Amino acid sequence: MKKGTANRTQGVLKRISGPVVTAVGLDAHMYDVVKVGNEELMGEVIKIQGENIIIQVYEDTAGIRPGEPVENTGLSLAVELGPGLLTSIYDGIQRPLEVLVDKMGNFIERGVSAPGLSHEKKWEFVPTVKKGDEVKAGDIIGTVQETNIVHKVMVPPRSKGGKIKKISGGNFTVDETVCTFEDGTEIAMLQRWPVRVPRPVKEKLNPDIPLITGQRILDGLFPIAKGGTAAIPGPFGSGKTVTQQQLAKWSDAEIVVYIGCGERGNEMTEVLTEFPELEDPKTGKPLMERTVLIANTSNMPVAAREASVYTGITIAEYFRDMGYDVSLMADSTSRWAEAMREISSRLEEMPGEEGYPAYLAARLSEFYERAGRVVNNNGTSGSVSVIGAVSPPGGDFSEPVTQNTLRIVKVFWALDAKLSQRRHFPAINWLNSYSLYLDSLNEWYDKEVSPEWNPLRAWAMGVLQKEAELQEIVQLVGSDALPDEEQVTIEVARMIREIFLQQNAYDPVDTYCSMSKQYDMMKAIKHYADLARAAQAGGATPAQVIGIRSKNELPQIKFISDYVPALEKILKDMEAEFDAMRAA
Amino acid sequence: MKEYRTVAQIAGPLVFVEKTEPVGYNELVNIVTADGTVKRGQVLDTSDEIVVVQVFETTAGIGRDSGIRFTGETIKMPVGKDMLGRILSGGGKPIDGGPEIVPEKRLEITGAAINPYARAPPADFIQTGISTIDGTNTLVRGQKLPIFSASGLPHNDVALQIARQAKVPGSTEEFAVVFAAMGITREEANYFMADFEKTGALERAVVFLNLADDPAVERIITPRLALTTAEYLAFDLGYHVLVILTDMTNYCEALRQIGAAREEVPGRRGYPGYMYTDLAGIYERAGIIKGVKGSVTQIPILTMPGDDITHPIPDLTGYITEGQIVVNRELHRKGIYPPINVLPSLSRLMNLGIGKGHTREDHKKVSDQLYAAYAEGNDLRGLVAIVGKDALSERDRMFLEFADLFEDRFVRQGLYEDRTIEGTLDLGWDLLSTLPEEQLVRIDRELIQKYHPKYRKKAQG
Repeated sequence: MKKGTANRTQGVLKRISGPVVTAVGLDAHMYDVVKVGNEELMGEVIKIQGENIIIQVYEDTAGIRPGEPVENTGLSLAVELGPGLLTSIYDGIQRPLEVLVDKMGNFIERGVSAPGLSHEKKWEFVPTVKKGDEVKAGDIIGTVQETNIVHKVMVPPRSKGGKIKKISGGNFTVDETVCTFEDGTEIAMLQRWPVRVPRPVKEKLNPDIPLITGQRILDGLFPIAKGGTAAIPGPFGSGKTVTQQQLAKWSDAEIVVYIGCGERGNEMTEVLTEFPELEDPKTGKPLMERTVLIANTSNMPVAAREASVYTGITIAEYFRDMGYDVSLMADSTSRWAEAMREISSRLEEMPGEEGYPAYLAARLSEFYERAGRVVNNNGTSGSVSVIGAVSPPGGDFSEPVTQNTLRIVKVFWALDAKLSQRRHFPAINWLNSYSLYLDSLNEWYDKEVSPEWNPLRAWAMGVLQKEAELQEIVQLVGSDALPDEEQVTIEVARMIREIFLQQNAYDPVDTYCSMSKQYDMMKAIKHYADLARAAQAGGATPAQVIGIRSKNELPQIKFISDYVPALEKILKDMEAEFDAMRAA
Repeated sequence: MKEYRTVAQIAGPLVFVEKTEPVGYNELVNIVTADGTVKRGQVLDTSDEIVVVQVFETTAGIGRDSGIRFTGETIKMPVGKDMLGRILSGGGKPIDGGPEIVPEKRLEITGAAINPYARAPPADFIQTGISTIDGTNTLVRGQKLPIFSASGLPHNDVALQIARQAKVPGSTEEFAVVFAAMGITREEANYFMADFEKTGALERAVVFLNLADDPAVERIITPRLALTTAEYLAFDLGYHVLVILTDMTNYCEALRQIGAAREEVPGRRGYPGYMYTDLAGIYERAGIIKGVKGSVTQIPILTMPGDDITHPIPDLTGYITEGQIVVNRELHRKGIYPPINVLPSLSRLMNLGIGKGHTREDHKKVSDQLYAAYAEGNDLRGLVAIVGKDALSERDRMFLEFADLFEDRFVRQGLYEDRTIEGTLDLGWDLLSTLPEEQLVRIDRELIQKYHPKYRKKAQG
């Protein structure tokens, strides 16, 4: 990327105010990467005001003085893409944290740069095209067995393409040429892509395949489509992080990108230690082999936090381009928005709502719009599903970040502190949550689970809704005052909540629940409800119906992996009990 | 060192200096007043035209005739082995009449972020001897677990009890305590000091005191000095350090005061927009590092203005810290000590430090069941107020009674009562045994048969 007009690449610092500095005597374009001060701290141009170039610095600026040099690299903030991404743990600007420990010890000091990918390591490149083939931008020209995931080496999106003159297999570093076109263009495995620009695709597809997560309340009641967007807002302490980690572990995406944006150090450590140990249920290999982690904790520089979500989604798009389903978790987008606010206030910009910059909504929608299930330029199809956590201050959903997010995303998993206080996990409120993908996913559930599933879900939602209404009455007059039939409805709703909705993330079996098990469990509850109704029609009292003992065994099903025999026995016992009741 | 007499403006704790040579951001500044006193400050904003200095002491006596000396270095804290047992001012100067600290190292007080990759996951259970913490909101080494309180509640007693009783069962390593007071009254400070001295805790403690009548701005550096000391004790000397910061609300007020003086665009309730990042810079300085012996565990205390947990200070704190212990006025009024309300309390790292190999295998399930049963009983209290006890079903009445029992026996304990974790869990089982067994839906059959008093008695007799 040559800039024709950039001639003054050296300037001097004029003002330093926290992470925002001003330089003069420099030609620059918006979002150029610059090196600030004698220590060459990394920064990015975020505002140009006449002669004043305003720069956000990705590292601590303590001790930097006016008069120190500033150098413009003329490049945009970009990430390195190629073999070696998987299993990596980066900070917000794609510096590998492991390398940083080697270079500067246990604490993050400044002025140290580290490339995102190893430039020494050799990878075995296997060509999938041959001499004389015509390739264009985005086409796959070869593969590398990166982990258990096959990394597909592609012609960079901005290449003109061409006819292959030379291509050969063998061991290469990411910088070495693996393919030469007839016009002399050389292609290496490494690509660089500016993080703030979406990578190009051919077309976007409809969201009609669900992302299966193994979490009953999500798959069963509020599913997200592959390539869809979801928000998890939740006041602190409502189990948001555990829910997100469950999604990262269990969702059926091939690649997981997890962005810890402004979150807790110890929590990131939990992720960092847990992921490598976790077994991928599908391959038996460590989950880390298909994961890229980005950890920019709350006390790491705020500008790098701002960049971290872009770094993450660019990496996600790169794997999507290879034809993979990628799920991206951003925890938390509120911290990202706060980084924007902090930088905006240092720029002395006119604030919008609650001090957030006026461009908050635009930035959020640009980000979520990078999700989607697509046909790539090389003909493969892949998806990026984005699940963003928001942390509304005081649990107040009317605040700008939550509101602007809800305007964009299609799925809303409303975490509820009240539920988590009651140790109802996942603490997702079934009345406030929604999924706008239900209609487009109906067909998939009909075909892949059972034609009975959609009505079953509607029934369960109906019971839960009914319970909420009845609870209001119960609050006033007590449960005994309800009509007999409704007393049983309350009992059935309780079963749906405690058996189906509650799921124990720490139980080895219950942590993942297949769609067929979800179906069987819900069907069992419905079966009880039907038997109870019939018994009541035959004159049974609510106490008799609720007193059926075998139904108390149902919750145990959750913790049994080979559950079918146990479930069948419970159902048989249940029928026998009802029969006995009728006989008596 | 050059001295400037070019003060252009003084506003609150801020001094604006003109026409200087290049001055570094965050640099330490000495201000010499007409009578020769030297005050310390820090550069908040620097440009070739004007430098903004934040003064850590009162600006009384500073005028346009004051001399400004830029030291060319950022604020550093002298640290050394002999700090244990010392009492320092909020600015780090000895105030116990003892000698100056002999520095073995001079450390930057802002402290660099621990590389997340270098952190080790917290796993060691800390027994505080308080059931509501150990049993249901377990503290783990390397955690930051704040106490959310409000004015007039006994949070100081709780903090002291933790400082006194905290230990890792089965481990002989002792805790060092770093205690930083920000804006507390002389009386409160005396209370803390008396307890430290009485229990002999002072000899393994470092105390920083910024009292209510000390300059508010000094509060900005007090927790940073304390944490720098704690990190030195932990990561250089291998101590397990418990840091108590009280009261973080006063710290945030000081932050707001500076923001206002700088005429910054305020965020919620007038607190600066960067308060989250600023607080994170404090709270995140807790943890364990792989391959390094010591640890830093933090218990910040804050008083919620108007008992409001959604106020920006508790709210932002809760987003950074790993849970919270909530001290509750209602329980306090009922005469229950410690008045910890377990329902809104939470320890996010609990699961790392409990269970087999840490505490006992039934810990998690017992805790979940206690929570659930107490929550249900507590909800029913609202209902009883409307319909009366007689309208309740048999089952509901049992849960209602459970809630009272829970508060009376599990929550309530003596100021000097140090319960073991086994004692706490067995007490939990005792309470749970008042409920019918089939209501214990959160506990697997196996554990019930092993620990439920009914079966235990049978096994014994």
